[in-house]
Amino acid sequence: MSDKVKVTIDGITVEVDNGTTILNAARQIGGDIVPPAMCYYSKLEGSGGKCRTCIVKVSKGSEKDPRPMPKLVASCRTTVMDGMEVLNITSPEVLEARAGVVEFLLINHPLDCPVCDQAGECDLQNLSYEHGLQQTRFEFERRTFERIDIGDKIQLHMNRCILCYRCVFVADQITNKRVHGILNRGDHSEISTYIQQVVENDFSGNVIDVCPVGALTDKTFRFKNRVWFTKPVDAHRDCNHDTCNGKVTLWYKGENVLRVTARKDEFGEVEAFICNECRFDKKLTADWVIEHPTHIDDTSVIASNHYETLIPLHVIQPNEALQAANEIELHKKVKY
Amino acid sequence: MSRKLLLEHINVPGINTFEVYRQKGGYRAVEKALKTLTPEEIVEEVKKSGLRGRGGAGFPTGMKWSFLAKPEGVARYLVCNADESEPGTFKDRYLMTHIPHALIEGMIVSSFALGAKVSYIYVRGEMMPQIRILEKAIAEAKAAGFLGKNILGTGYDLELYVQPGGGAYICGEETALLESLEGKRGNPRIKPPFPAIAGLYGCPTVVNNVESIAAIVPIINDGGEEYAKIGIGRSTGTKLISASGNLVKPGVYEIELGLPVEEFIYSDEYCGGIANGKRLKATVAGGSSVPVLPANLTLKLANGEPRLMSYESLSEGGFATGTMLGSGGFIAFDEDQSIVRNTWNFSRFYYHESCGQCSPCREGTGWMEKVLNRIVHGKGNMQDVDLLWDIQRRIEGNTICPLGDAAAWPVASAIRHFRDEFEYYINEPVKSQTVPYGMANYAVPIEKITVTEEK
Repeated sequence: MSDKVKVTIDGITVEVDNGTTILNAARQIGGDIVPPAMCYYSKLEGSGGKCRTCIVKVSKGSEKDPRPMPKLVASCRTTVMDGMEVLNITSPEVLEARAGVVEFLLINHPLDCPVCDQAGECDLQNLSYEHGLQQTRFEFERRTFERIDIGDKIQLHMNRCILCYRCVFVADQITNKRVHGILNRGDHSEISTYIQQVVENDFSGNVIDVCPVGALTDKTFRFKNRVWFTKPVDAHRDCNHDTCNGKVTLWYKGENVLRVTARKDEFGEVEAFICNECRFDKKLTADWVIEHPTHIDDTSVIASNHYETLIPLHVIQPNEALQAANEIELHKKVKY
Repeated sequence: MSRKLLLEHINVPGINTFEVYRQKGGYRAVEKALKTLTPEEIVEEVKKSGLRGRGGAGFPTGMKWSFLAKPEGVARYLVCNADESEPGTFKDRYLMTHIPHALIEGMIVSSFALGAKVSYIYVRGEMMPQIRILEKAIAEAKAAGFLGKNILGTGYDLELYVQPGGGAYICGEETALLESLEGKRGNPRIKPPFPAIAGLYGCPTVVNNVESIAAIVPIINDGGEEYAKIGIGRSTGTKLISASGNLVKPGVYEIELGLPVEEFIYSDEYCGGIANGKRLKATVAGGSSVPVLPANLTLKLANGEPRLMSYESLSEGGFATGTMLGSGGFIAFDEDQSIVRNTWNFSRFYYHESCGQCSPCREGTGWMEKVLNRIVHGKGNMQDVDLLWDIQRRIEGNTICPLGDAAAWPVASAIRHFRDEFEYYINEPVKSQTVPYGMANYAVPIEKITVTEEK
């Protein structure tokens, strides 16, 4: 078998390595056809498959076995086969099921975005916006938990959690010793440290970065500012820590560094995990070597305050085909 | 009287002890398999028998065994799934309580066929007496030389362990069972890889139901072809049915597959009819997760032919007019029972047992339970029925494991066949709390639709 396989996603064919998942193949194509992922994190082994937002339809299994797959599959955990044909945004079935998943994720979410520190960079917020759910059909009390301080730097706000398990994988794979996990079952399961133990180790802060919602927040940044008022700048420092490369994003408000996060790529995943010293203790410009403003995608609310895009974008793009088709109507003097 | 293969000697006093079981011809299958057959021949016999998994899905056991990867130098495991917790199903508990040696014997033969040196019986945590019974039976078998090192001088070694679970329904899903057996949280794994490739501790593993493993014994004794003669079509052999509900004689029955449902409910050999002279309203034919059917569709197919107790006949007509054999948990409801209330009860069970790993099941089961709770207590409205339909549709097929489907199907089928009862609860919020809805037209035979050619 050759090392490269061909896969067609929404009619666009791409050649990827054997063993690539559908989601990663879609990321290589990029653009609108990339399925959203709330729980999958490429840097964390074993993550994914849980949130079901990335489900896609496989309309042709492979060149050898062209039968379609009977159910929608989680694209983050399904590997591509040669000749596979996948439908994502071109399949109404997928969009419907995904809207269903978004609705499920929101029924127990507190929707306290006005006071949530994650607002503006929240995956769940973006996902809900994209799927345009304007009202809820859930007329019952939402499940609630008490807020828990895990250590002096991290706060756990379990109400907002969507149980993606990313932080559990971070604790398992990045930090030395896992001291937190999932308790209970069903919709009352919760992330917890046993008997509110403190999460103490050099990489524990990364759980904040991987959290797709505002369940794990940085207490040093809590209620300091809205993220869209801060200006992200890439910077680095010589970190003494073995596995931390010291490459971060500083979030400025005026001249103050309000918070430090790891650098995130276009899919919202960190490029490399950083240590707690970089994240929590180095909040002076003098600690860092400034590189350049962080590139922020135009679709993000953070970009509205950004000086990388100085030229205002066209608000309304002229549609030439539409104009040509309606030329007579457009040039009428009297419209009615 | 139909043939009994598993429960033949159930009434012999002391059949739970090694001596009596041996006198009645027990452990012949071990002697025959280990001394005269090769593992490949046993797998071939099981394939010939057409035995289908008795845990619910009905996947052919022989085929499952032949999928097992056999890399050199890697251990293989056989795990027996005795985490029986489906509401309405209690056949495995019955078998383990009364004839534990049938399971042990089946385990030895199956382990030999699969080349497993260590095998596990994962028993639900609530079944403490059964765990003790099995441990005692294993000790007896070991003392008699049927377990341990060099079984019967053939050079085959097998250690058999009983592992109590924590009592979670989700641990009956095979990958969740393996996670639990490894000592982790019982979350289902994301497949592929399937257990036949990477199962327990990453090694190739076969997970089989108690009844499937016990059925290996008669297959080896009499031969696969003999076993395949029992039953009908692709549903071969006998099946244990746990009959419960408003029946004159509820209990565990061994039936030959292909028995008409009507005969099973009304004949004196089996359930003996509906208790207290009432009429049958509805049945759940295979445990709580299969679709509920009204009486007319239970007894007859949509085309007017009698429905049989077999994998094919029960699922005839798909979800529109059929159900599934499932694990054989047969629940009958008489005319006074409320299907809406029962649906709520099932829904509550799935809400409680959802592991919380994937979103549709975690959030959807709770939502359905809350909406049904409202309807049952006379506080529902008409949109709720459509809402329920929408929720179940969005859960079904979008989850990691079949629990999501299992939670969705009873709700879907209840709405499909008993929508008027839901409407009764909504339109008569006070009356519905005390007066049952009754039979309506659930037992009226369905008119046979015949196609007439126009001339």
